[in-house]
Amino acid sequence: MSPVIRVENLTHIYSPGTPFEVTSLDGISLEINKGEFFAIVGATGSGKSTLVQHFNGLLAPTCGKVWVCGADAADKKVRRDLWRRVGLVFQRPEQQFFEETIFEDVAFGPKNMGLNKGEVRERVSKALRLVDLDPEQAGKQSPFQLSGGNMRRAAIAGVLALGPEVLVLDEPTAGLDPRGRWQLLDHIESFRREQGITVVLVTHNMEEVGARAERVAVLNKGRLALQGTPREVFNRAEELLALGLDLPAPTALMRKLREAGLPVRADILTSTEAEEEIAKVLSQRGTALRI
Amino acid sequence: MLVQYFPGDSLLHRLDPRTKVAVVLSAAMSVLTAANWQGFVLAAGLVLAAVALTRLPARVFLRGLRGLWVLLAITFLVQLLLTPGEVLLGLGPLKISREGLTAGVLIFLRLSLLILAASLLTLTTSPISLTAGLESMLSPLQRLGLPAHELAMMMTIALRFIPTLLQEAQSLLRAQRSRGARFSAGGPANWARSLLPLFVPLIAGALRRAEDLATAMEARCYRGGANRTRIRGLAFNSLDYAAGVVVLAVLAGSVALRFL
Amino acid sequence: MFIQVTGLTYTYGRGRPGESRGLSGVSLEIRKGEYVAVVGPNGSGKSTLARHLNALLLPTAGQVLVDGLDTALPENVWEIRRRVGMVFQNPDNQIVSSLVEEDIAFGVENLGVPAEEVRERVEEALALTELSEFRQHAPHLLSGGQRQRLAIAGVLAMRPSCLVLDEPTAMLDPVGRRQLSDLLQRLNQSRGVTVVLVTHFMEEAAQAGRVIVMSAGKIVLDGTPPEVFANFERLGELGLDLPAAAKIARGLKRRGIFMPDDILTAEDLVREVIKAAR
Repeated sequence: MSPVIRVENLTHIYSPGTPFEVTSLDGISLEINKGEFFAIVGATGSGKSTLVQHFNGLLAPTCGKVWVCGADAADKKVRRDLWRRVGLVFQRPEQQFFEETIFEDVAFGPKNMGLNKGEVRERVSKALRLVDLDPEQAGKQSPFQLSGGNMRRAAIAGVLALGPEVLVLDEPTAGLDPRGRWQLLDHIESFRREQGITVVLVTHNMEEVGARAERVAVLNKGRLALQGTPREVFNRAEELLALGLDLPAPTALMRKLREAGLPVRADILTSTEAEEEIAKVLSQRGTALRI
Repeated sequence: MLVQYFPGDSLLHRLDPRTKVAVVLSAAMSVLTAANWQGFVLAAGLVLAAVALTRLPARVFLRGLRGLWVLLAITFLVQLLLTPGEVLLGLGPLKISREGLTAGVLIFLRLSLLILAASLLTLTTSPISLTAGLESMLSPLQRLGLPAHELAMMMTIALRFIPTLLQEAQSLLRAQRSRGARFSAGGPANWARSLLPLFVPLIAGALRRAEDLATAMEARCYRGGANRTRIRGLAFNSLDYAAGVVVLAVLAGSVALRFL
Repeated sequence: MFIQVTGLTYTYGRGRPGESRGLSGVSLEIRKGEYVAVVGPNGSGKSTLARHLNALLLPTAGQVLVDGLDTALPENVWEIRRRVGMVFQNPDNQIVSSLVEEDIAFGVENLGVPAEEVRERVEEALALTELSEFRQHAPHLLSGGQRQRLAIAGVLAMRPSCLVLDEPTAMLDPVGRRQLSDLLQRLNQSRGVTVVLVTHFMEEAAQAGRVIVMSAGKIVLDGTPPEVFANFERLGELGLDLPAAAKIARGLKRRGIFMPDDILTAEDLVREVIKAAR
């Protein structure tokens, strides 16, 4: 597996040299592999947003290096065109609609890429289908006529239409109901597999990290605090809690059980795993099964 | 641009908002009408004395200037390069004249002083006091049908949302640039069109906010200005009278100096 | 009975093409001091119902009585809104002033309360929401969770007997959500404030004394959290989830391990599993 994004000692300072100077990122190093599902977590103000804006060229490093798809982002020319390869979906993307029809809005990206009409049409249709929206309807409906969840998906289609190799999503499920959240993550997972896209998920939701991410980076005040697979990171629960972060509910529950004396594994990620582990340990202790 | 209220207990904080509006207006007048160096010294003296009296750190005022540095830079350069006269320095088609230098410096000083004066008002006056002061000053016009309370309320809400809308504009800018939007390319016709992805969502968002805010205000029993009380009342005290005297003196001085 | 809703029907865009039913014949009663969670998928009508409780929306058919006052009568509206305060999803779009203590004062000022008392109430609200140290700050510099507490403070200063919150934590991070939940518990338990919380976070619903589940404009389940969560399949059909502890307890029960029916929190589950291990 080769890294599609490589960050080496990245530091970013806003308004350097002025009395309003703020160091947002401080010496971060990490690698994201091609095709991976990578999560970035951290409290508000930890620098997650600043970090991912280096991936699509919106920001340039103050110090350190960022390589995206093999190219050095210190080069202005590289940064200028990175948006074509790394799609960044911000929070509440449905607030960015400005065209009259969904189709037109999703077409904004492809048009900016300089594609001809036919290619634009193709990209838009494909992107809409990837998020389970009807391209036929999209040509006639205003984005504001959609339900909340569908608006979100149409906005994401707008970025998918760029055909990016990497898709970065900042809190994509915020504000959706439980079914909406699950469906969206399923969609993301399916086009990750079908298109081979690398997915970077910036989130507060630890359950999502536990259930979907292959690797996770934990940021704290601009520094990289923890890194590894979800199991590895959740195992360092005291550190996470000290950083003001949560564990996924099932994981926290298992920790409490351990503390109460039951020898269960604490590196559990989902409710189903928790159930299985508890059942296993109870039966090992010969707990009578009462029906 | 209009800087946020900075709480404190200085002389200026304790003045009635209406007095402060008068102080700012007279400072503005003397800045704009200053025709010679004496006039400028008087105007600058008033503004800088007032700034010192706020006992607020300098960086707070600098923030206000920083927001408008582009405007300051452009007006300076325009005067510098386009004023005809005795040429001091020539860079091809651009000529910097002595008159240009003087004019540039003068306009830079005028604008900076005006911005500082305006900041004086917003930095030392809490939003409610400001609204109350405005409402009070506009109320005589209510007899002519002017909705004083509503106008003052609109101003308070507009002030409150400026930072929020600025933040939102920045987010929109980043989001659309992430889809390849270019906001500076092409000629003027293209330029207007290229701003649509910024302005349409910004305005749509602002309208949505307005509706939400109106609902929230109604839920908190807002029904216009009738029968509303205020957490802070308005009252003139000896400080205000003293300030009033200073204001009159400065105005008289400015007028006099013009005829020097 | 504090709130009485009888046969409430609400139609959007009445008489115009594309009119749709928001609520269909909803009836319910809420007692003083109750902590009720209203859950349901998007479009179930929970927000619509909430907005009838303070006369922001008026019934197309049916009646809503708040503390004996009929919401349909214009002369009752302002008194109803004083007794039933409402907090919305987006904290920013509820904040009127650029100064924390003045924003809290806004609602009280609207009631024509004398200046001295306004100050007292603002102090009280600041203390209740633990925002006293931020009293002279600019709201836009506060965190999302703090801003939502500010919105609540602004409503609390009006001394309502009931607080209705429409998905107040949807835009908050986990820390903000927890702080808000704690605040609501405090207000309900130590001050007897009736709380009606519209949410789709089941962990929050688990903290309420009563859960009402809505779907397509109707109430489909109504009971204590254990009673409602026992309907696992129905909740699943509606796209709703159970809190992790309840889900795991169900799973263990299915495998033949005895678990009581009222497990809601992690503490409940730990206690019962340890018991089962003995």
